[in-house]
Amino acid sequence: MEGALVTLRLFIAGLGLGVVLGIPLAFGQIYGNKLIRGLIAVYERVLRSIPLLVILFLLYYGLPLLGIRFPPMVAAILGLGLRSSAYQSQIFRGAILSISESQLKAALSLGMTGIQAFFHIILPQAIRIAIPPFANEAAIVLKDTSLAYALGVIELLRQGYYVMTNTAEPLAVFVAIGAIYFVMTVSINTGLARVEKGLKIPGIGVEEGIG
Amino acid sequence: MTEQMILRIEDLYKSFGDHEVLKGISLSLNKGETKVVVGPSGTGKSTMLNNINMLIPPDQGRIYLEDVDVTTTTDLTKIRQEIGFVFQDFGLFDHLTARDNVMIGLTRVKKMAGKEAAELAMLELRRVGLEKHAGQYPAELSGGQKQRVGIARALAMQPKLILFDEPTSALDPELIGEVLTVMKNLARDGMTMLIVSHEMGFARTVSDQIIFMENGVIVEQGSPEQLFNNPQQERTREFLFKLTDLYGEGGG
Amino acid sequence: MSDLLNIFSTAYPRLLEGLGITLVLTVIPMVLGTLFGVGLALGKIYGNRILSGFITVFIEIIRGTPLLVQLFILYFSLPPYGIRLSALTAALIGFTINSGAYQAEYLRGSIQSVSSGQLKAALSIGMSRWQGIFYIILPQALRRVIPSWTNEFIYLLKYTSLAYIIGAQELMGQARFVASRNFEFFKVYLIAAVIYLLLVLVLTAVFNRLERRYRIPGFDYKR
Repeated sequence: MEGALVTLRLFIAGLGLGVVLGIPLAFGQIYGNKLIRGLIAVYERVLRSIPLLVILFLLYYGLPLLGIRFPPMVAAILGLGLRSSAYQSQIFRGAILSISESQLKAALSLGMTGIQAFFHIILPQAIRIAIPPFANEAAIVLKDTSLAYALGVIELLRQGYYVMTNTAEPLAVFVAIGAIYFVMTVSINTGLARVEKGLKIPGIGVEEGIG
Repeated sequence: MTEQMILRIEDLYKSFGDHEVLKGISLSLNKGETKVVVGPSGTGKSTMLNNINMLIPPDQGRIYLEDVDVTTTTDLTKIRQEIGFVFQDFGLFDHLTARDNVMIGLTRVKKMAGKEAAELAMLELRRVGLEKHAGQYPAELSGGQKQRVGIARALAMQPKLILFDEPTSALDPELIGEVLTVMKNLARDGMTMLIVSHEMGFARTVSDQIIFMENGVIVEQGSPEQLFNNPQQERTREFLFKLTDLYGEGGG
Repeated sequence: MSDLLNIFSTAYPRLLEGLGITLVLTVIPMVLGTLFGVGLALGKIYGNRILSGFITVFIEIIRGTPLLVQLFILYFSLPPYGIRLSALTAALIGFTINSGAYQAEYLRGSIQSVSSGQLKAALSIGMSRWQGIFYIILPQALRRVIPSWTNEFIYLLKYTSLAYIIGAQELMGQARFVASRNFEFFKVYLIAAVIYLLLVLVLTAVFNRLERRYRIPGFDYKR
């Protein structure tokens, strides 16, 4: 069961890093100048185009060349977080841009500052709009913590692998492992769905696309 | 009779890229006056309104709210509190109820206490006939109701002047009347208003003056009788004739 | 930089071979997964309650567990029952099932976005229910699902790298092999990263162009 805790740690740290990086990236994409926007676009494009496994290996083998040594766990968190930030940035950007321009103008016309308008008008709506795609991204990050296996991190899957080599029941072991992941993804989805429902306001977020 | 000047615009210019939208607009508005700006679309009417509270800053020219120069003021948010703005597409905050839409400027900008702000908000909603809808979200309101909330939101700030940017253009015909009625009552109560609108009947009966704008300049301005019955410019006559034909005298 | 070129010039036969397998691992499961996904989606929407419920549970389980766990089950768990799959076969089957489940969900959304009036109209001109589904609903739904399908293609292309973990000699497997010989792990993986990056960028551009070219008026979709 220790493996499950490691998986949770990978998940929370990876997703958290994604949020911490994703929000400023989204801001940069929206409010930044041309250079900043271009750099962020390249960053997102590259991280979204390379398999996570490759990102993990590049970090794991690449950073020591720069004189930075860290355990595989840290490389895994960095990889999960960096990649997720590229996706989350798009989620946040989309949510912010979906708030109509006229609401911003209306806020300014009442005498709000740009910062007030952002916090009182745009943010409360953007959060609601971002929840469903964010839940989706969270589930992806959780499932992809299993790739840390390849770096030798003893997370849920690797622990299962060790258990399997000691027992003759590989099917039972891996089905159990799958079940644990399943419970975790379902919990994330239902948890965030509950948050979404709790914050529900008529007319916001109803335009969610298919699938 | 002392005429107190609320708004004075001098020689306003604005271009977007190569396109010169405003080419030297000057006008003024006294306390309690209602002026309606008419003209073909794309002639800078809306840009002019957006210039007045600096949502779109002008390239050149001066705008005075009473004796403060809006274009150079260091406290723009203060100025904007004193100029109400009603948008064509309402600009309601979708995450707030009708009452909270009206309140938010009071609590967040004017830092009014919640209870006091709520009372004032209800008062303004009553004024536009929506006290029963105070708890509803924008998505639950009709277009006409949304626009009336938009007006109540502007009123609650106790502005010296309200700008209306085609307030009924996004509405279904059967909903226009309720909004025009509210505006008519405001005019009667002595609110100072500058209105961009295509509603000729309304302009004719409510306004003190009609301003005809075309291609970024004011072609002619005068009392409704003067513009309708005895326009000095041929263009004015043509335009008013066409528009009245198109929109009828509805809402008058 | 010249270092990278040197490594590439000696390693490219292996890397290209790996790239070929990566493409096989992408294309075959995409094709089979599409057929599988269509079957699942139709069964879920139009099947009886038992079938529909069964499919729903199946799709949720596949989507709720990591792909890598699915590969491990196929590769490590079946030999005791006499089923020995090669790493490549296990990966092909795993990717097909996984992709099928995701595609089924995209397609379900797309089918449900075709108005129910269309099926009624089909019945009203004398078509049977299944005729209506195949000739009227499905052609429209498939067109609408194209953007999701191309996304899924790119997604799978990236995730074929997981096959390396169970020992398939696709691009990552070959990169690993090359790196274990010359000990230039970072540089070899960097080359692999560039190959993936180029592949994804080119495919994305091609798909975008195809989507534009074969667009049908009125079939614009909102992403």
